[in-house]
Amino acid sequence: MSDAIFMRFRQPSVLPGFGLTLGFTLAYLSGIVLIPLAALILKSAGLGWADIWRIATDARTLAALRLSFGASFIAASINAVFGLLLAWVLVRYSFPGRRLVDAMIDLPFALPTAVAGIALTALYAPNGWIGQLLAPLGLKVAYTPIGIVIALTFISLPFIVRTVEPVLRDLDREIEEAAATLGASRGQTLLRVLLPSLMPAILTGYALALARSIGEYGSVIFIAGNIPYVSEIAPLLIVIRLEEFNYAGATAIAALMLAISFTMLLVINLIQTWNRRRFGHGS
Amino acid sequence: MDIRIEELSKQFGRYPAVENVSLHIRSGELVALLGPSGSGKTTLLRLIAGLEQPTGGRILFGDEDASRKSVQERNVGFVFQHYALFKHMSVADNIGFGLRVRPRAQRPRRADIRARAAELLDLVQLPGYGDRFPAQLSGGQRQRVALARALAIEPRVLLLDEPFGALDAKVRKDLRRWLRELHDKTGHTTVFVTHDQEEAIELADRVVVLNKGVIEQVGTPDEIYDAPASPFVHGFIGEASSLPVTLSNREVWLEDRWTGLRCNGTGEALLFFRPNAVDVVEECTGCIAGVVVGSRRVADRKRVEIEIGKGRHRIEIDLPADRSAAERHRIAFRPTNWHIYPSAVGRVAPARALVDA
Repeated sequence: MSDAIFMRFRQPSVLPGFGLTLGFTLAYLSGIVLIPLAALILKSAGLGWADIWRIATDARTLAALRLSFGASFIAASINAVFGLLLAWVLVRYSFPGRRLVDAMIDLPFALPTAVAGIALTALYAPNGWIGQLLAPLGLKVAYTPIGIVIALTFISLPFIVRTVEPVLRDLDREIEEAAATLGASRGQTLLRVLLPSLMPAILTGYALALARSIGEYGSVIFIAGNIPYVSEIAPLLIVIRLEEFNYAGATAIAALMLAISFTMLLVINLIQTWNRRRFGHGS
Repeated sequence: MDIRIEELSKQFGRYPAVENVSLHIRSGELVALLGPSGSGKTTLLRLIAGLEQPTGGRILFGDEDASRKSVQERNVGFVFQHYALFKHMSVADNIGFGLRVRPRAQRPRRADIRARAAELLDLVQLPGYGDRFPAQLSGGQRQRVALARALAIEPRVLLLDEPFGALDAKVRKDLRRWLRELHDKTGHTTVFVTHDQEEAIELADRVVVLNKGVIEQVGTPDEIYDAPASPFVHGFIGEASSLPVTLSNREVWLEDRWTGLRCNGTGEALLFFRPNAVDVVEECTGCIAGVVVGSRRVADRKRVEIEIGKGRHRIEIDLPADRSAAERHRIAFRPTNWHIYPSAVGRVAPARALVDA
């Protein structure tokens, strides 16, 4: 019976090993992802629904969650636009120092996030290089949600660039030329031909950037100021609960974040699948 | 639309892709640009389309100078070798694209665009395919959609870049015949690029043979095949064998032997003939003779490779399939249709072989 189901998914291929690879995938996912997450859910489940609800609807938790997800959305959106632009410049033009710019894009990956946070804070603090220029305008960046968005934009930049870049590079120049011969202006070619072709890659990068931003801790806590209800992100709230030895409270917030993140990524994935199917790929 | 190309040049860096090309394409004509890779044929086509900017010369569409106009303004239909369809659009949307991007004042209504797409799908023999996506079509079908898309904008000239290059032999043949019929039906001035001489000769009204960025010959398929203007054209179109010969006393000599052919001129020259245009002779006073070094079957003939003279030149001739041609056997023949060209080192330039043996 289970054998029959197993065989149904099995497709003949020149590279055998469906059983082995699927088995390994499941075992690996379980060990690395599922078991820790299950433990997390189990721990918070011990709390009882009433308690979870109380923690979830606590004003401070809600404010932290709203800030975390809101700032992440804004940061990922900013990067979707400017990351695309960066990828475009890197792929389409050759200029002196291109390799250097190319290497710089990955720096946010390599830099310890705390270093990034401290550097950004130093720049944007009211007496920092950039902060002192903005201060007379009444614009406060460090120790406000704006600072959080800047930190998240910094650390999630590589995702969009690196996912869009290879797709853009493989994009056939002929389709742009075809659009031009059919009378499309540059703007029309960009909007109607190029962007739709890049959309799957942009979405993937967007999802990755979003996920990374939601979980980010190190760089944000330096620039955020961490004022409860104003600039306190959810991961920080978890750490605070842990320091209070309130493990149940910490896991409850963690489980909430997990649920929201999972739902969001699932939705993005569904959009991708729908997109692909619309283009006639896949089954 | 009459197209006049005047002393057109295009250089990529220091490499001249097209050099001083002048060509007149008459309205309603089907013209092939034929040449080996690197001959500049695709560059010439892209220059006509406006996808490349010339470094010198002019292109006239009718009376108006098109060379200063952008691709968008030239209103040409361009079909790419690899179709270049928009993958995220349905077939109907692909075909209607050129109409949808027009300025609002000239844009047809949505329903009219749909109707036009359906009409063109009928024309390219893909009725009812409008809602499919390019990924669901075969190569031949995709190329027909690409053609319908190019025709949708009512182009002044239709340009095709190796349109059948990516298709398999059978589909190629069908599409070739079909394109000819379509051209006769719609009457567009059409220029297509190919490296396949068979395709050019079968399909085109006139063939332009290009080599290293210059035109070697322009003519009807008959002229190109029967009266090639240069050794290059002779060698590139159809099968050809060549031998270095010497001209003296109106006779063509191969080393120390008279070939049985007569021709004006003196000095070093090159003799060209086709494998199927030879008479095999038994004993001769004037002939070309050599030793068989191999043979193979080509369609309904037997192609025999022969080594000739001390120079060990290898040439090929065709024999009836049932005729035996064992290796190391001696064989003698005389070309029945041949051409003499000045050799690369020759000082004389006899225009054409005049007298047959």
